[in-house]
Amino acid sequence: MSSHTTDSTRNTAKDTTSDVSNRARSHLDLETPEKPYLDSNELIINMGPQHPATHGVLRVILKLDGEKVLGTECVIGYLHRGVEKIAENRTYTMFNPYVDRMDYVAAVSNGLGYCEAVEKLLNVEAPPRAKYIRVILTELNRIASHQLWLGTHALDIGAMTPLFYTFRDREEILKIFERYCGARLTTHAFRIGGCQYETYAGFEKEVKNFLAFFPPKIDEYEALLTTNRIWLERTRNVGVISGADCIALGVTGPVLRASGVKWDLRKAQPYAAYSEFDFEIPIGTNGDTYDRYMVRMVEMRQSLRIIEQAINGMPEGPIMGKVPKVIKPPVGEIYHSIEAPKGELGYFIVSDGSTQPYRLRVRPPSFVNLQALDIMVRGLLVADVVAVIGTLDIVLGEVDR
Amino acid sequence: MLNQFMSYLGSNVTPGSANNQLWALIYVLIIFAGVSVAVMAMNWLERKALAHFQIRLGPMRVGPHGLLQPFADALKLMLKEDIIPAEADQFVFWVAPLIGLLASFTVYTVIPFGPSQAVSDMNIGILFMLGVSSLGVLGIVVAGWASNSHYPLIGALRSSAQMVSYEVAMGLAVVSAILMTSMKTGTGTLSMLGIVEAQQEQGIWFIFKFFPLGLIAFVIFAIAMIAETNRAPFDMAEAESELTAGYHTEYSGLRWSLFMLAEYAAMIAVSSIAVTLWLGGWMRPFPNLLHAPAWDFIFSLFPGITFGGLAAIAFIGTARMPAHSFFKVQRIGLAVFAALLGFLALLLLVIAVAGRSADTSLAARFNEGIGYVYWFVLKVAVFMYLFIWYRATWPRYRFDQLMKIGWKVMLPISLGVLMVTAIVGVLVS
Repeated sequence: MSSHTTDSTRNTAKDTTSDVSNRARSHLDLETPEKPYLDSNELIINMGPQHPATHGVLRVILKLDGEKVLGTECVIGYLHRGVEKIAENRTYTMFNPYVDRMDYVAAVSNGLGYCEAVEKLLNVEAPPRAKYIRVILTELNRIASHQLWLGTHALDIGAMTPLFYTFRDREEILKIFERYCGARLTTHAFRIGGCQYETYAGFEKEVKNFLAFFPPKIDEYEALLTTNRIWLERTRNVGVISGADCIALGVTGPVLRASGVKWDLRKAQPYAAYSEFDFEIPIGTNGDTYDRYMVRMVEMRQSLRIIEQAINGMPEGPIMGKVPKVIKPPVGEIYHSIEAPKGELGYFIVSDGSTQPYRLRVRPPSFVNLQALDIMVRGLLVADVVAVIGTLDIVLGEVDR
Repeated sequence: MLNQFMSYLGSNVTPGSANNQLWALIYVLIIFAGVSVAVMAMNWLERKALAHFQIRLGPMRVGPHGLLQPFADALKLMLKEDIIPAEADQFVFWVAPLIGLLASFTVYTVIPFGPSQAVSDMNIGILFMLGVSSLGVLGIVVAGWASNSHYPLIGALRSSAQMVSYEVAMGLAVVSAILMTSMKTGTGTLSMLGIVEAQQEQGIWFIFKFFPLGLIAFVIFAIAMIAETNRAPFDMAEAESELTAGYHTEYSGLRWSLFMLAEYAAMIAVSSIAVTLWLGGWMRPFPNLLHAPAWDFIFSLFPGITFGGLAAIAFIGTARMPAHSFFKVQRIGLAVFAALLGFLALLLLVIAVAGRSADTSLAARFNEGIGYVYWFVLKVAVFMYLFIWYRATWPRYRFDQLMKIGWKVMLPISLGVLMVTAIVGVLVS
């Protein structure tokens, strides 16, 4: 780069990127050969960590030829809080609320995964009623998470209005959470061994109201987007990824299913009470942004189906299993994963027999899915990068932990 | 000077044609003030309308229903620190917003708000208009270049790529409208006044002429004019979610507000072109069918009725405001605003009644002029509303897709329309 600065006075100011980008360039896999300054150079721009469309504090270094993306590099860690290390210094019960802070738009799913992993380690099982409550709240949370995804994804592509519609309807779900456990976002809804709270009076009615309320709202979102020509043009054949590539990269969730791989842990390795419900797994064919959009839209409707079955068949009984006062799992290790809204959320816990985990490792879906960004956007335009970041549905709290 | 002032009164040609510089200057000042006020109103209306599309309230705090928000914004923007980035090309950075502003305001010199309600009747008016309004893009490109920053540069490049793709189709659509002006007389005209008068003589707005040819040309122009003003869904030059703010990322304060002023002024300007070319300019609806003096009188009541309606809305708003003393000032403010609107309505109604006889008294001429401007502004307002509606509804196109539409869809269609119009025109005459 230093040869540039001697070449000209005017153009170097344009072409020479900042120091930060220079350092980034040195470890980008696409090195540019040094060229005289009149040649067109690749443009390296820095997208984020403060950027309206990177969904938090993701920094993407883009290497552009005009507007064409030649390569990307994600820089993460701006939201790193050391959640896994914190786990080693907390008891199993104390750590439970921390998992809500990872994927904060799907806190209930995080809690479910953690509680089930510890239960598996303890070899206890939650009673049926607790399992049903868990399923209802988790599926409601899946819908809330997808709503947030839809709103921000549409906003990235330029449609402002769906964001407000989804936020309006997401409120209904958050109200149910709030009345159930007092929190809207970081719910800490479940406890190891079951649920702390019995459902409140009117829970059933409110959930049923939501079941009737929400399908027309999905139709409303779809009316704005699904057959919109501009939406189709912006999402069809954008960010295509094959099923094989997804599997090779470990990509899971709606991204994997949109590429035609029928893999949903709720069916493949049923946990909680999912084996008792009848629902379908939507899959796509092209693996493009539009398919991922459609998969998530259908998933919301399927979630409603699950909730309906669960609320109608809710068993009576206790909500807490037989869990010792002090949780001291036997020596051993466990990997348990669930289908979070964004993909496979796994917890690997090593127990040394004490009250605190020896090691806790989270397999966050966002973090793994983010890897696919580079192969999905190569050769596309800058405008597609934001579309793909949106369609991957990442939450930086979960990527960085 | 007084002589110059008095001699124009009662004239029925534009000040430009009457060679009266004083009145031309007065008209320029009136139009400048009017457009600036319209931009402010548009700013408030867009935020309110967009908010209501999106189940929000929009500005509610500064003044009753946020009516004073544009003033607060303007004040804030003027008081902000004036920042020019160290690496920017100082002079070009300084001049870029002015280019955009000049381009969008210069257009108004030839816009005919009425047969004599225009600064000048240029015989190449429409060419002048297209040429000058396209210069606005220069301001954007120059701003992106001068900022010496990556996002603005990409925004500027997008803007220039955008321009080459819609301008051709836009020009061809305009030509097909100009062709129509030659239908009765045999000779067409490029004068803006002439185009409206041609519609008057032929007794039809050009949007309905040779149905659906006029309509197609109009639609092409209507699409191209969104692209020209960088509005959603073609706002890729400033694409907030992609380029943070595109070409004006490095701009702030007063310079930024000049860009906004230019954008809104350009929106009104291109809508005016569309209204002049296809929607009969200043003509009221059905001047050929409902031309009895009684109808003239009924239509001349419309401006007063409109303001009366606005006053009624404001009064209802006042009545519906919470009775809490916290809202006392706002309630009084809104009531005063409603009273002002009501007064205006009354004034317009009085003029309409006083000027109803078709003589050449000042009241009658004044009444006539008000009618022309009213219908023109009303038609433009419809376009303004559409601009907001588009923004609330549609996602953003990618710039290569706009180029695709421009070259592969709009250009062939507009060429076809132009040729068919010519053929049909020859056959009919």
